[in-house]
Amino acid sequence: MTGPAEPSRRSFHTTVIYGLWTLIAGALSLPAAIYLLVPPRARKEGQWVEAGDVAQLPLRSPEEVVFRRNRVDGWKITSEKATAWVVKLSEKDVVAFAPQCTHLGCAYHWDARHGNFLCPCHNSVFSIEGKVLAGPAPRPLDRYQAKLADGKLLLGPVGEAQS
Amino acid sequence: MIRPIVEWLEHRTGIETAVKNFLYEEIPASAGWRQVLGSVAIFCFLVQAFTGILLAFNYAPTPGEAYNSLKYIVTEVAGGRLIRGLHHWGASMMMVVVMLHLAQVFLWGAYKKPRETTWMAGVALLLVTFGYGLTGYLLPWDNRAYWATVVATQIAANSPGIGHYLSRLLGGEGAIGVVTFARFFALHVMILPPLTALLIGVHVYLVRKHGVTPEAGDTAPKKKFYPEQVFRDTIGIFVAFVILFLMAALVETPLGKLADPTDTSFIPRPEWYFLWLFQLLKFFEGPLEVVGSHILPGLAVLALLATPFIDRGALRRVRQRTLAGGVLGLAVLGLASLTAAAIATTPKTQETAAETGGPRDWQQLSPEELAGIGYFRKENCASCHAAGEGGAGIGPDLTGTAIRKSAAWMIQHFKSPQRMMPGTSMPPIQLSDAQLNSLAAFLLKLDPRNAKALYSAPQYAVEGAMVYQQNGCAACHQVNGAGMKIGPSLNGLAQRRSREWVEGHFADPRKLSPGSLMPPYRFTPRELERITSYLLAL
Repeated sequence: MTGPAEPSRRSFHTTVIYGLWTLIAGALSLPAAIYLLVPPRARKEGQWVEAGDVAQLPLRSPEEVVFRRNRVDGWKITSEKATAWVVKLSEKDVVAFAPQCTHLGCAYHWDARHGNFLCPCHNSVFSIEGKVLAGPAPRPLDRYQAKLADGKLLLGPVGEAQS
Repeated sequence: MIRPIVEWLEHRTGIETAVKNFLYEEIPASAGWRQVLGSVAIFCFLVQAFTGILLAFNYAPTPGEAYNSLKYIVTEVAGGRLIRGLHHWGASMMMVVVMLHLAQVFLWGAYKKPRETTWMAGVALLLVTFGYGLTGYLLPWDNRAYWATVVATQIAANSPGIGHYLSRLLGGEGAIGVVTFARFFALHVMILPPLTALLIGVHVYLVRKHGVTPEAGDTAPKKKFYPEQVFRDTIGIFVAFVILFLMAALVETPLGKLADPTDTSFIPRPEWYFLWLFQLLKFFEGPLEVVGSHILPGLAVLALLATPFIDRGALRRVRQRTLAGGVLGLAVLGLASLTAAAIATTPKTQETAAETGGPRDWQQLSPEELAGIGYFRKENCASCHAAGEGGAGIGPDLTGTAIRKSAAWMIQHFKSPQRMMPGTSMPPIQLSDAQLNSLAAFLLKLDPRNAKALYSAPQYAVEGAMVYQQNGCAACHQVNGAGMKIGPSLNGLAQRRSREWVEGHFADPRKLSPGSLMPPYRFTPRELERITSYLLAL
């Protein structure tokens, strides 16, 4: 059983065993990690969505605007209801805030009495320009890309506000 | 660093001793390469479990979503094609390895006393492997999946005595639908895997209890399982894995068209490992059918289970087991010829004959077909359907539709997608009948070579063709050979008439062509501009 060649033969066996199993484990776990962690190839989403007429919108009085948009949801494109808090800051400047608090995503609302946005979950307070006034929110309200065309408000994707 | 942790664990759980007992198990000196197949089979099962779980992370097991989610996995999820390939080809590999393992054990007579139960657990594992195949290839919900399920549930329903209950259990009573799908999925991922794990546990336990079967006359001192035999197992597993990985990476994994119960052009064929059974059914008709579908396969399973009790002689060298070799040879020959006959009698699919000879670009399309491009764009069909290059891949690629579908089918499908394609997520198209006709006319002409017209046809021409079509110009005029010949053909109009003349002629035909039958047309300025530009471009 134990000839002089035995130890090197044994170490050859163990080296091959560990080496090949490492290869197999790598060849399986690397694609698995890519599969789970790399975001899927993006599909083109509808670029701009019409969110309504803002000509009648009073100055500095936020209004929750409801519109429909298409969203890529895994293997589906769903047409879903979406909302934006639209504020006409001046005749030329209309902003549309994404309706989630930047803290943990609760839906905030306009508190007309105090003139600011209030999140009911953890009491974050935002100014009419979206700036954080109080509470745990880490950044100003996110905004939709917005542009005006013939008095109609067109909304694009949501991005973080530049503060 | 690691040593104290191992010692701590050993003291609490005895894990190190257990692993050592497992690895330093004594095996006969005659054990060698032929024993690696069992380990490779277990490895195949583990790969299937691993890739199956990964697929389930992005897969929706309902008829409405399965196909789309699988398409999403293979076209959009990073690495999804490889993972699905591993699972798909892994199934075939597991089947091959399990059968080779069975053949090896049979040939060497390793099922003999006291190893009868080990063998029987192995036969159960073979049946479970077939069960995976059957329940698994329903899950892509393409045509093959659909028809395989129809046939399988019908066979179950025809079982003598219990057919009715089996059919109800499989959810296949009435039509194949969401319930059938849920049951097959539950079998595939909730019943079979734990059952396999249990059977593998029993099987391996019994192998360990009785020891690896030695070659007859092997009296040499025993050796340890580790590292020499583990080395052989590892090499065997690695070879299998490399083959599997290359197949998954290089061979295209089939995904047919979305299951369509009305598609009579599809020729249903099961996976290769069921072809022999499929062929067997052809030999038995009418009341005898049960012989092919139940009795013969049942007898085969019984014969397998009873093998250790039929062949009870002392262990002999494999070269002396001529009878066993003969039986195995006959079985292989039988299965192979049934499979070959099944393949030989399968007609070639129609899809290779895709030469429809359609026009190559938009100027050669008839106005009705060109208007179809307009409706295609207007309804955003390309947001779900691929048509040649471009377009998303949720719905089927439309460049091959013309070969398989009629205009009437398409129009019904536009109006009520769910009715024609159960499970589709396509919304109904809200267009008039004439407009739907136009869309269908265009899709019938669409093939991979002219699909670029979809994107290259200029918008003015498409809109012009829509005006042409809405006003029924084809009732009197011909363009590209389509339409009536009451009025003159409109091809080459630009060589004959100026823009002003054409526009003026629409407003008052008789003024410019005395005696003309053509009524005046009151177009909006945009319509007039579009139809004139279109006609002058022909």
